[in-house]
Amino acid sequence: MDLYEYQGKAYLARFGVPVSPGGVADSGDEVAALAEELGFPVVVKAQVLTGGRGKAGGVKLAGDREEAKRCAEAMLGTDIRGHTVRRVWVEHATDIAREYYASFTLDRSAKAHLAMVSAKGGVEIEQVAEEDPTAIARLHIDPYFGFSEAQAEALVRQAGLDQEARAGAAEVLAKLYRCFVEGDADLVEVNPLVLATDGRVHALDAKVTLDDNAAFRHPEWAEFAGTEELDERERHAKSYGLQYVGLDGFVGIIANGAGLAMSTCDVVNQVGGKPANFLDIGGGASAEVMARALEVISSDKSVRSIFVNIFGGITRGEEVANGIVTALGRVDIKVPMVIRLDGTNAELGRDILRSVESSTVISAPTMMGAARTAVELAGGK
Amino acid sequence: MSIFVNSSTKVVVHGLTGGQARFHGLRNRDYGTKVVAGVNPAKGGQEVEGIPVFANAQEAKAATGANASFVAVPPKAAPGSVLEAAAAGMEVIVCITEGIPAQDEARMYAELRHKYPKSRLIGPNCPGVITPGECNIGITAGEIALGGGPVGIVSRSGTLTYQALYELKQMGIGVTTCVGIGGDPVPGTSFVDCLAAFQQDPDTKAVLMIGEIGGTGEEEAAEFINERVTKPVVAYIAGVTAPPGRRMGHAGAIISGNKGTAVAKMQALTRAGAKVASNPTEAGAMMAEVVKNL
Repeated sequence: MDLYEYQGKAYLARFGVPVSPGGVADSGDEVAALAEELGFPVVVKAQVLTGGRGKAGGVKLAGDREEAKRCAEAMLGTDIRGHTVRRVWVEHATDIAREYYASFTLDRSAKAHLAMVSAKGGVEIEQVAEEDPTAIARLHIDPYFGFSEAQAEALVRQAGLDQEARAGAAEVLAKLYRCFVEGDADLVEVNPLVLATDGRVHALDAKVTLDDNAAFRHPEWAEFAGTEELDERERHAKSYGLQYVGLDGFVGIIANGAGLAMSTCDVVNQVGGKPANFLDIGGGASAEVMARALEVISSDKSVRSIFVNIFGGITRGEEVANGIVTALGRVDIKVPMVIRLDGTNAELGRDILRSVESSTVISAPTMMGAARTAVELAGGK
Repeated sequence: MSIFVNSSTKVVVHGLTGGQARFHGLRNRDYGTKVVAGVNPAKGGQEVEGIPVFANAQEAKAATGANASFVAVPPKAAPGSVLEAAAAGMEVIVCITEGIPAQDEARMYAELRHKYPKSRLIGPNCPGVITPGECNIGITAGEIALGGGPVGIVSRSGTLTYQALYELKQMGIGVTTCVGIGGDPVPGTSFVDCLAAFQQDPDTKAVLMIGEIGGTGEEEAAEFINERVTKPVVAYIAGVTAPPGRRMGHAGAIISGNKGTAVAKMQALTRAGAKVASNPTEAGAMMAEVVKNL
């Protein structure tokens, strides 16, 4: 789960990382009141889960109440790189001396934690990495031993942070690492990490991605739920506990297993179609799950045909087929559907499917053949 | 021959007394796997369908000579069980558990490497490993696999692995060993580990590799194939059409920027000399062609 800046800052603050005092609001009047409390000048920042807000007009400085209100109202409801601005964050403006970059993430190829620190912060770090890779100091941390004070100090030196910022930055790094590990984050990124003119080092932005698998030991994450950016279809699927990702095509996809579901999207594409979604119903493919999946897919108005791609393993072909038959009895499907059933006892399964076959419910034995039929029935490209 | 597991592998099932572990553990035994013991700290001394249950892996090993562990306990308990198995000296540990927090997984991997470098972890979040006709640890439906070689399979995806086993069987092509390495961020066994083992195994004459978007495991495999693998490799990568930055089910299947895309992986594998298929059916056909020319 990706956190908004205001949530990320609150999360960092829990681990002692210094952030500017501020607040979140969704109307101009609220922003004005908050700004008054915080003291001018303030910075008003659009809360969207995308980078490059500054360039898109999503970060503005305001010198008084009226200006703060105006800035907020100009941002709220607008679109930044495909994301609607629903809230803004207001904080007291910082007198910035220097801007740095700091992050912790998991480096999968090294199977270790990776710390990255740069004296060139405040800009897109991918660009820095491309143009001047030596400007980013990198350190692999063994998760078994953790991140020591000495490592933090060496890292800020190596990154070439200004002398007066080093002690403060090393301290912030130690706290960020704790947030990353104990806070069960996949990513903790601060850009910029600033040295203020008063000598303090603190986080001016926060990008935090939480590991959904760790939610069971973080009841406090409940407050972040419900603010995710999901489209209507995704919300529906999520309420059913389905692994669903909305895409922009017209062939609805249902498959068991994430790999097979991805592969199904790929073959639909290969034969000239476009997948409307990715949907993994898991290994079991029971009638209950199948019915829910069909319900979600058929409520998507852009879907012109459905491709059900199931491989029977432990759950045998006849069980899967019975599940599909039951599901079809429960959900009213208005578009043509192609079912490809393969694997353990696939033939028994296909025999069962014969009872529901028609000109719009078609069983096809191969993945490629089924994909072609599904795309044809959708009216081609 | 085979890699990692064979007819002399003796398996301890952690949590055999209930849930997923019991279901799959007993299935594995029905397949012919030597399931010699179960483990449950509260139920030592009991039996499950004739299989003795011990309080911990160490006792189970001492009493039965087990050399492998099957871990199918919930995410909270899985890292503890894996480390317990390693401490008991198990050579192979298969962990199918899905949903282990990434931080726990990274720490578990590091601890294994430091303290128990001789134990091989397969998984987590994987279908397991099967040497058809000899040993099946995990959730693969044994009947879809034909044994005897000459093909070795390594895969990051569950259903696509079954698909591959099944397609080869339909064509009468046997498999030495099929390893599902799982889609998690820190797999205990990598593509490279499996390719190295298949390269060493005299009965494996060709390797089928199934990858997906995200991570860099396939790129590392390509490098290894280029330098060390002399046996033919057929590869398939799922997720060409996956949008960047979106999570597609597996924790592993996430891409950011242009790193870890299916296209980048396919190009790397092609450059390394692997035959790269654009869909699972084509992968099967390509492998049939390779086997014909062996």
